[in-house]
Amino acid sequence: MNNLLFLLLSSVSIISALLVIFSKNPVYSVLFLVLTFFTLAGHFAIFLGAEFLAIVNIIVYAGAIMVLFLFVIMLLNLNKESEPTTPMLSKISAIVAGGLFLLVLFAALTNQINAPEALNSKAGDIGMVKKLGQVLFTEYLLPFEISSVLFLSAMVGAVMLGKKDLKQG
Amino acid sequence: MEILLFDKIFLIVIVFAVSLVIALYSTLAERKVSAFLQDRIGPNRAGTFGLLQPVADGVKFFFKEDIIPSHADKALYILGPSISMITALMTSAVIPWGTYITFSGRQVAMQIADINIGILYVFAVVSIGVYGIMIGGWGSNNKFSLLGALRASSQMISYEIAMGLSIISIVMMTGSMSLGEIVSQQHGMDWNIFYQPVGFLIFCTCAFAECNRTPFDLPECEAELVGGYHTEYSSMKLGLYLFSEYINIFISSAIMSAMFFGGYNFPFMDQIASPNLVSIIGVFVFFAKIIFFIFFFMWVRWTIPRFRYDQLMKLGWKYLIPLALANIVITGTVMLIKYQFFN
Amino acid sequence: MEHPEISAFGNILLFIFGGILFICLVLFVGRLIRPRRPNEEKNTIYESGEEAVGNAWAAFNPRFYVIALVFLLFEVELVFLFPWATVFGQQELINETNDNWAKLAVVEMLMFIFILALGLAYAWKKGFLDWQKPATVSPTVGNSFRKDLYDKVNDKYSTIKNNS
Repeated sequence: MNNLLFLLLSSVSIISALLVIFSKNPVYSVLFLVLTFFTLAGHFAIFLGAEFLAIVNIIVYAGAIMVLFLFVIMLLNLNKESEPTTPMLSKISAIVAGGLFLLVLFAALTNQINAPEALNSKAGDIGMVKKLGQVLFTEYLLPFEISSVLFLSAMVGAVMLGKKDLKQG
Repeated sequence: MEILLFDKIFLIVIVFAVSLVIALYSTLAERKVSAFLQDRIGPNRAGTFGLLQPVADGVKFFFKEDIIPSHADKALYILGPSISMITALMTSAVIPWGTYITFSGRQVAMQIADINIGILYVFAVVSIGVYGIMIGGWGSNNKFSLLGALRASSQMISYEIAMGLSIISIVMMTGSMSLGEIVSQQHGMDWNIFYQPVGFLIFCTCAFAECNRTPFDLPECEAELVGGYHTEYSSMKLGLYLFSEYINIFISSAIMSAMFFGGYNFPFMDQIASPNLVSIIGVFVFFAKIIFFIFFFMWVRWTIPRFRYDQLMKLGWKYLIPLALANIVITGTVMLIKYQFFN
Repeated sequence: MEHPEISAFGNILLFIFGGILFICLVLFVGRLIRPRRPNEEKNTIYESGEEAVGNAWAAFNPRFYVIALVFLLFEVELVFLFPWATVFGQQELINETNDNWAKLAVVEMLMFIFILALGLAYAWKKGFLDWQKPATVSPTVGNSFRKDLYDKVNDKYSTIKNNS
């Protein structure tokens, strides 16, 4: 039963991830990306017991970041006709950068081959919000407070961007 | 195992059916309440007091021709109302409709899934509710629809933050994010509304905005935008949009009464000996509270006029969010003082 | 199935499947019984009875996009607040640490909320939260029309003063 569910969720997430890349229309890409996030959240919640992570994944990625993407794509009307042709140089550099990223991912993942075991041993605790809160507010207090400064700087950045947009528009 | 699964499926079917029936009859109630507030009679032809009117409307949705504009994006055009409907229905999975009913030696929980982050789940479903409207409005390729969809989505995301902040003040008090836990802590008359009146006010305002109800019904204000995001829709797809609106009203009424008004709890519930009787009365009490809030939604519609767009944004960002932040700080301080001196 | 949460989320999955099934059923039944007589006029896009001009998929006011950006930041900060809110009032923790926990948690959170409010105040002060109203452009006429004289007369005889 669980294996069947795992296969179903995994195949849906892989297929929708592929469709993100292969759809012609950017709006479809965004929607498939949302579907991918959903299936990933399903993995987190059902198989890893990390239900807080799953819900946060949906709230932040599907509910906020993807809405922003959708706004940008819908509002700037980025479709095939209006898309400027990409010069060869940036295509090549994109391939190089993507390849390097793949290399980094590969290296990182081969080192973490024991990760599933570590996850399984903690599976009961890791998702529990209370545990997370305790750890976050004792052990990782400094990074947490610093992250709020990061948010502030991001907010300032957003305001600057917005100002620029308004002047143009 | 099989029996448990069967119980759950049975409960799921019941919850679906109840949501749909309530949504159906909310349409009639809306018209009747409007008629009452405007000193009219309201629909009275189909059945006594117009009781068959919603059935007639429902049948009409099935029999009407479905027009898909030739320039619309067909897939998204169909996807939009479907997503709206699913997100509207999804929330009811975590609402505790009652405690337990014991029969033939089995305890049956009257909640489909008591996950320990129930409130966050509700919040997540609310945050993806934007998609149904946005996709439908954009997919119709109509200027009115797109404008309505844009307004709806930016309104919904603006009020989501204040909503989340008001939920946090509740979570601080209860120390749990499970809706079942939050409701059971408000035993008897110990309701959260007495501790968090400001939180309730913020939450209620945001619920109105999330449901696109008057005074926040700018996405479909007929004077400017024809039908808003569902201008191009007809037949069952329009039905899904309208239905999802009423289901949203029902669900947000349920969440409001569960989070702030004690859910299935009622005063003097300890004096009744039979636990089964208590939980059955509790379900009725819960539904009475829900129906009151549904009435409240309709009452407000004919009391407060629609906001202007800049007023709406101002209310969301400049009043509700700072108010909600202040509410959190005050709640935290009061709780700290309570621990210091009254422990 | 040893973990209780697993079955709870399984139920939610079941619920979602039920919802999808219901929608497919409703749309399918509707498809079977409704008439289908499309024609060219019917399938055009509604634009107040006029023939639709251009495409709706055009560039829009960037203000909407900016709102989404600020919303995203607040949403992430909100998610940080949730774990705090659950552990804040825990009695065991407070007893263990001799009331220090509650104080610590409140101070930490005050700092976090303060920085959050600072961001909001910054956006506010920069006029970011004001919905931009379109500037009113009064039409200019190409003759020697003296508007100031008319205004003078209007000022003199109007009993209702303009608010602006």
